[in-house]
Order: sequence, then structure tokens, then C-alpha cells
Amino acid sequence: MPHIWAIKIARKLAAVGATVLVGGLLTAALVRMSPGFDSDERLLDSRLDGASRAAIRAEHAANSNIVSFYAHRLAAMLHGDLGQSPSLRRPIGELIVDRLPVTAELMAAGVVGGWALAFALALPAVICRRKLASQVAGTFSTCMLCLPPAAVAVLIFAWGGPVRIIVALVLFPRLFDYCRNLLADAYARPHIVMARAKGVRPSRILLRHVLPVSAPQFLALAGVSVSMAFGACIPVETLCDLPGLGQLAWKAAIARDLPVLVCLTMMITVVTQLCNSASDGAAA
Amino acid sequence: MKRFRTLAWILLAAILALSLAAGFLPGFSYTEQHREFISAGPSRHFPLGTDDLGRDRLVRLLCATRISLLLAAAAALGALLLAVIVGGAAGYMGGWFDSVMVRTVDLMLSLPWLFLLIAARALLPLDAAPETSLLVTYFLLALLGWAAPARVVRAGVRSFRQSDFVMQARALGCPEIRVLVRHILPNLRPVLLAQFWTSIPIFILAEANLGFLGLSASEPFPTWGNLLRELQSPVMVRPESFAPVAAVVLAVLCFKFIAPWGGSQV
Repeated sequence: MPHIWAIKIARKLAAVGATVLVGGLLTAALVRMSPGFDSDERLLDSRLDGASRAAIRAEHAANSNIVSFYAHRLAAMLHGDLGQSPSLRRPIGELIVDRLPVTAELMAAGVVGGWALAFALALPAVICRRKLASQVAGTFSTCMLCLPPAAVAVLIFAWGGPVRIIVALVLFPRLFDYCRNLLADAYARPHIVMARAKGVRPSRILLRHVLPVSAPQFLALAGVSVSMAFGACIPVETLCDLPGLGQLAWKAAIARDLPVLVCLTMMITVVTQLCNSASDGAAA
Repeated sequence: MKRFRTLAWILLAAILALSLAAGFLPGFSYTEQHREFISAGPSRHFPLGTDDLGRDRLVRLLCATRISLLLAAAAALGALLLAVIVGGAAGYMGGWFDSVMVRTVDLMLSLPWLFLLIAARALLPLDAAPETSLLVTYFLLALLGWAAPARVVRAGVRSFRQSDFVMQARALGCPEIRVLVRHILPNLRPVLLAQFWTSIPIFILAEANLGFLGLSASEPFPTWGNLLRELQSPVMVRPESFAPVAAVVLAVLCFKFIAPWGGSQV
């Protein structure tokens, strides 16, 4: 039995590794082939002499072969060297370490807040026999779903609201529908209907009967919500001027910073794939 | 629910008709600058006021509505076409092509969509012509939005592949491509329609986000995304500045009611 599990885990890890490598290669290839990649704004600086210009051009020429660039980059990564950001002129590892806490904090607040809000609204919507609770929760969720995340970020930031709740507000409507449907499905099961009819305490029904039944689906959704939270962090950090990884991704994309984009893509792929695998494993 | 759906259809048709009809009115120009009315408030001539270049906000909003609605629908159609080709082929052929497709879809779905869009949009020169940037933005939406519908199409094709009518068609010597196009895909019409209606609001919201970040169509083309950018400078924000937000919310709400299953994928 443990042998089968070891094989399953090894296969999953191999799949994650392959996905990460392909993801990184694709990003590198896309950025390399983009028009204007070879141009460098530093070349517009009239103070530079011929040797400096030649050095900048040589720097670009070194990146021209995408396969050799990627292989070289991977070898360096295995030795812990993530490279240097050409646009920000700092080591990428340092940039990521500096910015990671901001994004992690924002994402953690967003995931926890989003789930708490979705659950807090979905539960009364399912349990209450009156339709009003369901309609109010549904309307609020729908309205939030219709707002672009960037608009939510700007409005809350402009009105001086707490920035940490933005990701939660963006995430909550995307989780609410699933939460409500999963809970409604669980509460409609015969043994739970029987437990309710017998007068078992609602908290006991929820904790002992409903949550164990819906746990696999909730765990799968939890994995996806991490990826959603990072997606929401990009506009939030960019528009609210928070120095996190989302803002770094935006800056790197604007400046066509190939090494940073490749590192970030690989990092995001690793995190999302591991979260998905962990939630799948926990659900299994 | 049916009442809401009818209402959403009427509202959406009215919005689209208004934005299309406005183009035929004399003096309708989203680029015309009224230098004597810069940042003016609402008046009889300019019901939504003017922006910081003296351009009529209402005219620009109507034009943005037309561009955003039509191009989002076109992008949804493009994404669906791509999904049908890739998902249909993978589901029907199976084997290594199916495995590669499933891995690719997994990769695309696991990465945050906005990150992919930003990375892909930034590949183009930021000084691209406005028409190019507009078309490229929606082309990218179509190019990156195929993954989720492709998974649905693949599952649908796989479920029909072993069905009796497909077996009979094969036994009668029907070519494989004909089986797929004439027998399987028409049965997926409800699924395809649902994917189409749910993709449009997703693309509208994605374009709005890109516009906020300055990566959507470049000026002077108005889209809902770049009209929303005005909200970024709190000094310039007035009640009428929220008109594009209201337009986006209204349109997405309409699509949510129109889409089968209440647009739960939005």
C-alpha cells in the first residue's frame, strides 16, 4: 500500500515538475519572440560610450537563443542563482524575497476573508427556510462578481478602506456560488434531512455530517482559490502601490524583463500546482 | 428567473441598439475635443460632462459600449472555435494528443489568467497603433480563453464517442471528420452556447482589468477598460465618472442572467 502511494506521489511530482519546466520555457519563448525585445531603453542614453553600448548589445545577444538561454537559466537556478533583473538592476532572488511577504500577507488575508465571507453568507442562505436570506446573499455576491477587481481595488483604496479586504471581496463571489451549491447538496442528503428532523443541533449537523461530506469538493476549491487570489493581487498591488509580487509581475511585463517573468511564471506554476496537488491529495 | 432572463435580453438589446444607433447621429465623434469645456460637469450639451481633454463622456461611453460588447462577443466566438477544434480533436482522437491537450489545459487553468494576459499583452510594443492594440487585446483574450471551454468540449465529445448513433455512423462508413462535425458537435450545441454566453462577461471584466492597468486598447479608442482609468486619480473623480462602472456592471449582470445555469462560471 505505501508503495502505491509513493508511486502516486512520485508521478504527481514528476507531472508538476514537467508542467513547471514547460511553463517556464513557453514564457521565455513568448517574451523572446515579442517585437521590440531586442530594444533597450538604456541605449537611448546619450552619455553611454561605444563600449557600454556594445556591452548592452552583447547582453541581449546572449539571450537570443531561447533554448540555450533557458538551459543556462535552469542550471543557474539549480545552484540557487535566479539571475539579475535587467530593468530593476537587482538580483531576482532578492526582489522576490523582499516582495514575497507583502503578497503572502495579502493573499492569506484574501483567501481567509473570502472563504469566511462566502461561507458566512452561503450557510444562512442554505439553512434558513426563508428565501430572503438566500436572495440577499445572492444579490450581494452577484453585484460583487460584476465589478472588475481593479475597480474594487481603486474604489476601496480611494475611499481609504482597508486594502487587505480587497482580495477577499474579489474572491468571495467566485467562491460563494460553489459554497452555496455544495452546502445545499449536502443538506439535501437523506441522512442529514433525518438528523435535522430528529432535532440534532445545527452546529453538530454542520461539523459532523455536512462538512465531512463536502470536504473533498471544498478542498479542491481551496486549491483553486490560491491561484485566484494571486490573480486578484496583481491589480490590487499595482493600483494600490503595494510592493508585492503582483506589482513586480506587472513591472516586469511592462519592461519586458525576461528573467523576472520566467522566474515568476515558474514560481507561480509551482505554487498553484502544489496547492492543487495538495488539495487533490487531501480530498483523496 | 425566466422573467429576469427576458428583462436581461431586453436591456442588453436596448444598450447595444443605443450604442449602435448613436454612431449614426451627426456630430458623433469620440475624438472631438471641446477645448472651451475641459473637465466640464453634466449639462444639456454634455449629459455626462467632458473629460480632461474636453471630449464628450457620453459619446465616448456609447462608443466604448459598442466596441467592448461587440469585440468581447467576437473574442468569445474565437475562443469557442479554438476550443471546439482542440477539445473536439482531443476528445475524439484520444491517445497522446489527448494527454498533451489535458496537460496544456491544466497548465493554462492553473496559472492566474490576468498574469498570462499581462505577460502576453506586454509582448507587443506599447506604442502600437490604437487599432492594432484594440484588436490585439481581444485577440489575446480569445487566444487565452480557450482552455476552460476546451475541457468541456473534450468531455462532451468523449461522452458521445461511444454512443450508439456514433457507432452506427462509423459502421456505415462515415468518415471520422464527418462523424465529429455532423453527428457529435451538433449534440453539444447547448454546452457550446452556455460556454459562449459565460465567456463574454469574463472577457469584458478581463478587458476592464487590463484597461485599468494601461494594457488595453490605446487612446483615442474608448473601451470600458480605458474609460475606467479615470477613477485612478481621485481628484478627477466625480459622480458621472462612475458611468462606465455602471455600464460594465449592467452588461455583466445581463449576461449572467442570459447565460444558462445563471452564469455561475463568471
